[in-house]
Amino acid sequence: MTAMLPILVPLLAAALALALPGDRAPRLVLLATALFLPLVALLVMVRVHESGAIVVHVGGWAAPFGIAIVADRFASIMVMLAAIVGAATVLFSSGEAPDPRTDRARSTLILALLAAAAGAFLAGDLFNLYVWFELLLVSSFGLAVLEGRGNQLAGGIVYVVLSLLSSTLFLVGAGLCYGAVGTLNLADLGVRLAELGNPRLATVLASPLLIAFAIKAAVVPFVAWLPAAYPPLSSAIGALFAGLLTKVGVYAIIRTSTIAFVQEPEVIGFAILTAAGATMALGVLAAVSQAEIRRILSFHIASQIGYMLMGTGLALVIVATTPSESVRAELATIALGGAILYILHHIIVKTNLFLVAGLIERRRGTTELKALGGLAQSDPAIAAIFLISALSLAGLPVFSGFWAKLVLVRAGLDAGAWIVTGIALATGLLTLLSMMKIWVEAFWREPVAAAPPPREPGPGWRPMLAASGALAAIALAIGLGARPAWWLARGAAEDMLARDAAAARVLEGGPETPTGERREPRAPDPEEPRR
Amino acid sequence: MTLLLACSIAILFAIGGYLLMRRSIVRVVFGLVLLSHGANLLIFTSANLVPLRPPIARAGAPAPEPPFADPLPSALILTAIVIGFGVLSFTLVLVRRAARELRVDDVEELCSERPR
Repeated sequence: MTAMLPILVPLLAAALALALPGDRAPRLVLLATALFLPLVALLVMVRVHESGAIVVHVGGWAAPFGIAIVADRFASIMVMLAAIVGAATVLFSSGEAPDPRTDRARSTLILALLAAAAGAFLAGDLFNLYVWFELLLVSSFGLAVLEGRGNQLAGGIVYVVLSLLSSTLFLVGAGLCYGAVGTLNLADLGVRLAELGNPRLATVLASPLLIAFAIKAAVVPFVAWLPAAYPPLSSAIGALFAGLLTKVGVYAIIRTSTIAFVQEPEVIGFAILTAAGATMALGVLAAVSQAEIRRILSFHIASQIGYMLMGTGLALVIVATTPSESVRAELATIALGGAILYILHHIIVKTNLFLVAGLIERRRGTTELKALGGLAQSDPAIAAIFLISALSLAGLPVFSGFWAKLVLVRAGLDAGAWIVTGIALATGLLTLLSMMKIWVEAFWREPVAAAPPPREPGPGWRPMLAASGALAAIALAIGLGARPAWWLARGAAEDMLARDAAAARVLEGGPETPTGERREPRAPDPEEPRR
Repeated sequence: MTLLLACSIAILFAIGGYLLMRRSIVRVVFGLVLLSHGANLLIFTSANLVPLRPPIARAGAPAPEPPFADPLPSALILTAIVIGFGVLSFTLVLVRRAARELRVDDVEELCSERPR
């Protein structure tokens, strides 16, 4: 039951926000729930770390037949991050002026989005994952175009069309998997595909799913929607999207490629590594050529997704190619742990950078670099927050990004993946360049002559600054206390790579099916075995 | 029967894919409609297409009498249809709104970076 709370709480609150009378009620429900969610996530996280993964069989149906909610260490970390991002962005948006026209819809949709993100992280089977993805998409569609500005609509269409394409591919992949082995449970899928004894077929089945997730994660060549859809968003919504949406795609890639489609890790791993290299390089090159803060940051999201995929791909390649078993486990854990540490640091930092863009917009009315300047003098607090986040993103020592990149580069060198490691290092350098461009032009130099004078921050400035400051503090804490963060990430990676144990946890110990009956073919189908 | 359905799925996907690459936004949306139909049909086909009893247990019986049909794919398709219907109607409204506000029905113009 504990594992269901991160889904149920925001879902019920969404209903409440929709139903309660009064113009201010939805905003209050949203704020209260969002600030409460990190506590719920903490509860789940503590439970999972104390007593191992929690598996809930919804409705009392045993695992391969019913719906399984699986909270292992990785899922609990992601739920925690989603809750933190939700709390920070909602706190930030509480400083924005109320708009009775959109507040109710906005509050409801944000809560639904948080519920869907938690659901996607906790889903134990493909179709459940599909449904949570759809809820996530629908609520994000609504939020993306809620204000109805022209560029929001244009970006929204690109986003909606590519997302729907990805959903269709997801559905196709799920249908084909069910057709091939008659199960949708991720853990059971891994077991059944192994029994099928046709590794290439398993990889082919994986491809539509991985492409669908890659579209959601904005991996090159499916990146086009992200820079179209993110920059026009309002600050808080943009930060929420930047922190959460693409990472759900990355999470799904990691989850499926480590537990379900494990027959040919070298093929899938190589494909992921190639995509990772291209995403890192092209994302950062596009970012360097931009001149508006949100556009720069949007392209950096794509570029950073590459690092997460790099860790994943390395882990798969290492699993496939390292002969010695003990070395293999150690190296793969380091690579995947690096990817997870990267996600952990990136979600916090990236959300905060978008919030900083919102703070700058509030003070100066624009985020075009050519119209900015002198922020370091007029707003030292924003400058400090930006510097912490930007240096973390670029990966300078003692900041959070440094440790994540260090682990990844180390894993890349261990695996002998020179090209992708080289790209990762070069990307880090270009990221620094691009962050310094923002720093110099917006913060450091004298204000340009034509620049509008700083505006009064107005009411609601404090919660905005507090939200951003809290995220900066977390980022700083991850950087200075890298050991606990690495311990979390490494533990999560161990869970993911100990596949047999993970599968056994999900499939056995269901409420109704004793362990011995699990392997029986699906009861309803008389035509077994079939393909 | 499977072959016939496989051919229909292929045709749906082919036309859908073609429409998706057109410049007119309305056609792109039609492409999405056809693709989602194709996907639903694909799930339908991936379950076995053999005439069997409906999976409904008689009153008092613990399970339906075998051989009975697998109900899961139909449930999946139903869910997918409902979700697809909702999302597509949202898309249509969005496209209509964008057409009124921006006066474009061209993907190229829509994605151009000129400020609006």
